[in-house]
Amino acid sequence: MRGVIEKLGEEFLYLLESSGRMGIFFATTLVNILKPPYTPYPVIRQIYFIGARSVIVILVTGLFTGMVLGLQGYHNLKKFGSEELLGSAVALSLIQELGPVLTALMVIGRAGSAICAEIGIMRHSEQIDALECMAIDPYKFLIAPKFIAALISLPALTFIFNILGIAGGYIAGVVFLGVAKGAYFQGMYDSVEWTDIRLCAIKSMIFGILIVWIAAFKGYSLHLNRGGVFGAEGVSRITTDAVVLASVTILVWDYLIGSLVLS
Amino acid sequence: MKKMNLEMIVGLFLLTGFASFSFIAIKMGDIRLFTEESYPVSARFVSISGLREGAVVEVAGVKVGKVSGIELDGGKYEAVVRMDISKAVHLSDDSIASIRTAGIIGDRFIKLTPGGSEDYLGPGDEIHETESAISLEELVSKYIFEKK
Repeated sequence: MRGVIEKLGEEFLYLLESSGRMGIFFATTLVNILKPPYTPYPVIRQIYFIGARSVIVILVTGLFTGMVLGLQGYHNLKKFGSEELLGSAVALSLIQELGPVLTALMVIGRAGSAICAEIGIMRHSEQIDALECMAIDPYKFLIAPKFIAALISLPALTFIFNILGIAGGYIAGVVFLGVAKGAYFQGMYDSVEWTDIRLCAIKSMIFGILIVWIAAFKGYSLHLNRGGVFGAEGVSRITTDAVVLASVTILVWDYLIGSLVLS
Repeated sequence: MKKMNLEMIVGLFLLTGFASFSFIAIKMGDIRLFTEESYPVSARFVSISGLREGAVVEVAGVKVGKVSGIELDGGKYEAVVRMDISKAVHLSDDSIASIRTAGIIGDRFIKLTPGGSEDYLGPGDEIHETESAISLEELVSKYIFEKK
């Protein structure tokens, strides 16, 4: 009995400690982002890695998400005889929810896992300690560029996703199922407001920060993970942890931001 | 041709992202780079229930402007609706503004019916002839309860 309570307490203390560490990690990174010198080249490299290399995935997922929305939306709206609302249904669900969330999930899968594994292996092979020995701040050198790059890349990817989704909805709804083209686009222009677009941009920026925060933190604190598993197994474990935690966090935050903005 | 280098790919990516954003923002977000020439007009209604900011203002079914603001006149308990009307449209000062419903989900819009006066409405003028929003429920209840 005592063992169970001790275990619970341990779990709780571990949770408390790691949330504290995450907070400190975030604060340190923010300070390092603001601290000169500002070197743009690492940021460009990271935008290439996080953003530009994800474009293909985003194009395909965006197109098919839009097509599914067009197909499903058409068959549901047809029951009420209001197929002309298809455009607004597709555009609103893409811009408000699916665009930011699916883009973030794709980026977690593509770049988040890679960031976590990269930093984890650097930690494991003591490259981060080597940086510290050379008086190079690993936050400034490794992590700050990733934060800035994610903050820039995610909105760009999200809006590319939205455009492709709208095109996908057009292909499924107008080309295949025969909704009037004018109704599709006019419904979209009428129903989407500037606040929806702003919500989309805010969400994608917050998601970008969250993804890099979680992935980089998990990699950076490889040596502190529970059970003290190090090496290849440790890296595989933290990468899995990072992907799962980031995905869940994105969905929770999606709800939180939505309820904050819409209330 | 020079091989695509990292900067070019990143530049292309960012430009595509920005173009997508601008397309959505300008086409759907009603962000105007060049503000349309318009003049403000206001009207008072007893009830505007369902009318929202940004609603369409029509003359003969053609969009000529939009609702820019809705306020409550606390003294008279009347709704004051401000509209931006395109400069190209001249409205006589005895025009009638009425609130109508379009479509099955009931988007409210303002219908303007020009009158016969020779004088035109200028910027900041008020439309005096108004018809309030028609509520189907009120009509039905009137019909049921007054028919004794």
